[in-house]
Amino acid sequence: MSSAAAVEALNKTPYRYGFVTDIETEKISKGLDESVVRLISSKKQEPDFLLQFRLKAYARWQAMEEPNWAALKYPSIDYQNIVYYSAPRQKQQKASLEEVDPALLETFDKLGIPLSEQKRLSNVAVDAVFDSVSIATTYKQKLAEHGVVFCSMGEAIKNYPELVERYLGSVVPIGDNFFAALNSAVFSDGSFVYIPKGVQCPMELSTYFRINSDDAGQFERTLIIAEEGASVSYLEGCTAPMFDTNQLHAAVVELVALDDASIKYSTVQNWYAGDENGKGGIYNFVTKRGLCKGQRSRISWTQVETGSAITWKYPSCVLRGQDSVGEFYSVALTNHHQQADTGTKMVHIGPGSRSTIISKGISSGNSVNTYRGLVNMGPEARGARNFSQCDSMLIGDQAAANTHPYIQSRQPEATIEHEASTCNISEDQLFYLQSRGIEPEAAVSMLVSGFCRDVFNQLPMEFAAEADKLLALKLEGSVG
Amino acid sequence: MTSTETTPFCEAPIQTGDVLLSIENLHVCVEENEILRGVSLEIRAGEIHALMGRNGSGKSTLSKVIAGHPAYTVTGGSIHYRGQDLLALSPEDRARSGVFLGFQYPVEIPGVSNLEFLRVSCNARRQHRGQEELDTFTFEDHVRETMAIVQMDPVFLERSVNEGFSGGEKKRNEVLQMALLEPLVAILDETDSGLDIDALRIVANGVRQLALPTTATLLITHYQRLLEAITPDFVHVMAEGRILRTGGKDLAMALEQRGYDWIDGTDGSEAPQP
Repeated sequence: MSSAAAVEALNKTPYRYGFVTDIETEKISKGLDESVVRLISSKKQEPDFLLQFRLKAYARWQAMEEPNWAALKYPSIDYQNIVYYSAPRQKQQKASLEEVDPALLETFDKLGIPLSEQKRLSNVAVDAVFDSVSIATTYKQKLAEHGVVFCSMGEAIKNYPELVERYLGSVVPIGDNFFAALNSAVFSDGSFVYIPKGVQCPMELSTYFRINSDDAGQFERTLIIAEEGASVSYLEGCTAPMFDTNQLHAAVVELVALDDASIKYSTVQNWYAGDENGKGGIYNFVTKRGLCKGQRSRISWTQVETGSAITWKYPSCVLRGQDSVGEFYSVALTNHHQQADTGTKMVHIGPGSRSTIISKGISSGNSVNTYRGLVNMGPEARGARNFSQCDSMLIGDQAAANTHPYIQSRQPEATIEHEASTCNISEDQLFYLQSRGIEPEAAVSMLVSGFCRDVFNQLPMEFAAEADKLLALKLEGSVG
Repeated sequence: MTSTETTPFCEAPIQTGDVLLSIENLHVCVEENEILRGVSLEIRAGEIHALMGRNGSGKSTLSKVIAGHPAYTVTGGSIHYRGQDLLALSPEDRARSGVFLGFQYPVEIPGVSNLEFLRVSCNARRQHRGQEELDTFTFEDHVRETMAIVQMDPVFLERSVNEGFSGGEKKRNEVLQMALLEPLVAILDETDSGLDIDALRIVANGVRQLALPTTATLLITHYQRLLEAITPDFVHVMAEGRILRTGGKDLAMALEQRGYDWIDGTDGSEAPQP
């Protein structure tokens, strides 16, 4: 079999998480204006500072234009045709998991994220977000013993308003970009993590985002703060049902690392990507940024992006602290008519700051996969260093890969290295594996997974195998 | 799968002397060029064949066609493996049913662990034979024992497939794969080239150990020196896409002394008669 023929069958795998949970939801009507922003805030019984935050963001958003510089093509989004708040109807205060609607627990069971005491993942605390609200957070008690706060953003606003007020919008300002402004105005829920001084978080933290409605947007907000000498590893996963329509997901994630703190943020993104003709799927416009505020602080982004019809995402690091470290490890796999424009920004401000960028893009089918990354060396960043490596792999002859590295330096004593490569799945590699009895599909997965090895090695162990499986699943049927 | 179920290639016991591979009047093209122009060859269990000839005479093409490389088009003739049409099978099914090609230039596969690759490959063959698949731990024990055949250091299990291996290490890795897959017909394409004298001895020893009365081996080589270590039952000389001459091991020695010109008559002397 030729690799071209091999590629063709690769594209026929059903999306495993495409089911819809039949549950009564409380939705507000479609559309967005100031009253909707006020309504969301009042539904969540928010303090005034947050309402003001939202209103300011809404005003900024109204004056902004949707960005069009990315290598993405999609019909314009009608922001008045989206529901900005949708929540499963259930008791207001959930004292324990027993009070959570069994249909919701079952949903997360089916997604492989059991929440109940008996079945929950060992050594991973999970915050489960369903449409606009957080359903449950596991291991809260155990974490609290270490002083670690892990809860929904809604709870954080109630219980830790001073932390929220201090840090919310401190890394991604409300007017940062069009989608961040929109999120700041209407964000519903998300996760909040606070690791006190000197504490190594005793377990992995994970948020699982589930979109269930066909007309609701998801606008979650995540804030992670690591105090001096603290460290945490956090993972987010995402899935959505299969609808013919597109759903908008515009999240904002902010990370703050103080002196000697370290935050490792991993994402396995598997939103519904649309069908093989490009119908349906999630529009994923996400702003993720980490601030290495303290000296020797470290922020590491690892992402495995396999889903969404459109991905627009640049997890970035602002390296303000002296000798701070930023890392970005990315695998982006696109198939069918998916489009991904993703990469990172490493903004070096502090002297001696270092950053590493490893990006692996795999395009198959008719997809377009773009790496877009900025390395900026500020005037004070003496002795700063960056190393970037961007590799693209093409499967078949209809897919496209682009690489746009932007390099800016105002510091002559900074070092920037950039390597890039593009390859095809080689016929000889494929034949070699086949001649050892390995099916072409398994062979392609093996080659792709080998190509991504450097990035997978960065994932928490529990999820590295998952990522491998997910990629294999995504590629199934692309070999014929 | 129950043991009573039959697969097209269920491995019935083989007697020494059974025909394993039968190639008849094989014609093969790459794009528009005819590379093989009527190759016929019969290989029986218990035999070791050597295939010699100049570069470009079609030796490697023959080996790749037997293994099923997609770049080659068979335009005429047939290959039967244990009585079945081999050309109808995919490359992976050929491998699973016991046809093995040791590559002249094994490719590097970055990021794929050699151990995992060997395990998946070995299990594909085992599954075909109705044997149970080996789990990671059992396989690792098995592979470590097998590595002794080619005196290979277990550190090569942790590395990516062939990545950064020296020429000799790659060839040992090929023979290791042969040992793990236990093929019925093993074709080794210039497994001796690029080896120093010690590596050649190790590789030759390995191949010799793996040649059983119930299996067959086809060695493609330029040099007599491999055939000093492994005595072939038959030596074939190819030129311009055909087997021009077949003889015993003496033919290889004569070739070593007189060169290929002697076979195809380009030295001006009278061509030897079959």
